Amino acid sequence: MASFGIVVFPGTWSDRDCYFAVHDRLRQEARFIWHKERDLSGLDCVILPGGFSYGDYLRSGAIARMSPVMEEVSEFAERGGYVIGICNGFQVLCESHLLPGALMRNSSLEFRCQQQWLRVETSDTAFTSETAKGRLLRLPVSHGEGNYYADPDTLADLESGNRVVFRYATADGDISDEANPNGSLHNIAGIVNETGNVLGMMPHPERASESLLGSDDGLAIFQSIIKNSERVVAHG
Amino acid sequence: MAAYSAEVFVVLKPLVNDPEGLVIRDALRTIGFNEVRAVRSGKYLTIELDADDQDEAEERLTEMCDKLLANPVIEEYRFTVHGVAVKA
Repeated sequence: MASFGIVVFPGTWSDRDCYFAVHDRLRQEARFIWHKERDLSGLDCVILPGGFSYGDYLRSGAIARMSPVMEEVSEFAERGGYVIGICNGFQVLCESHLLPGALMRNSSLEFRCQQQWLRVETSDTAFTSETAKGRLLRLPVSHGEGNYYADPDTLADLESGNRVVFRYATADGDISDEANPNGSLHNIAGIVNETGNVLGMMPHPERASESLLGSDDGLAIFQSIIKNSERVVAHG
Repeated sequence: MAAYSAEVFVVLKPLVNDPEGLVIRDALRTIGFNEVRAVRSGKYLTIELDADDQDEAEERLTEMCDKLLANPVIEEYRFTVHGVAVKA
């Protein structure tokens, strides 16, 4: 059993979907955390869900970063707690400097809402241990600003450190421009921090949590977190 | 304390691709402004603030830009600031 905290900012819209995935589908403990709260006690994993926190004013994620809860999330991450930022949550993590780089306007200038193939680039993370390297996951994307950018040195660090976790791929698993919905450098869809306990990803695993929704491929990501949380407790 | 007025400009760094600027450039050419070579888009903010003097106003604005108004990963900024008379 793992305990999930789902952060809710004004404008967050995927919080209920995250709750459904971890609580209803996977029978884990979950609670909502309003952005003004500071209590993260007892949690194994903090989820920063998708949405438009603070209306995306200034830059997506820029204002949410200043919320009281984010100070606690930073400390939680420093202590080794699992943090997963999905879509707007990924943007918040970049703005908070918990992850490198930035998410810019899609190169098409269009909001992209579609099913997307992702290739798992490493199963050597707490978020993908229940998948396999090279496996394709079908998850929806739904964003206007998912165009991952980082300077060349940062990109090289991410690649050499095996920290690119997901890339946009074709149905055959090819990494190509055609498969890239937003112009992200290196087709990057998700990355982890240096210590591997903070993941940011643009696609929505919580919206692929049962076959009725078109795919339940997203569950593997939450199942990985659960497995690894239990391992931490067992060793603790 | 005196009143100051600032204009802040935030734009993407030169090396960062600006799809919005490219689309605006193409649109300008489409309606006949073929002389347009490049367009970069950005943000413009006005800020009214209080400070002891010009130096302090500039220092505080720099902090505001670094901490919130610009994202140093992709953006750069510049501003102008000048003292203003406040109506009693």
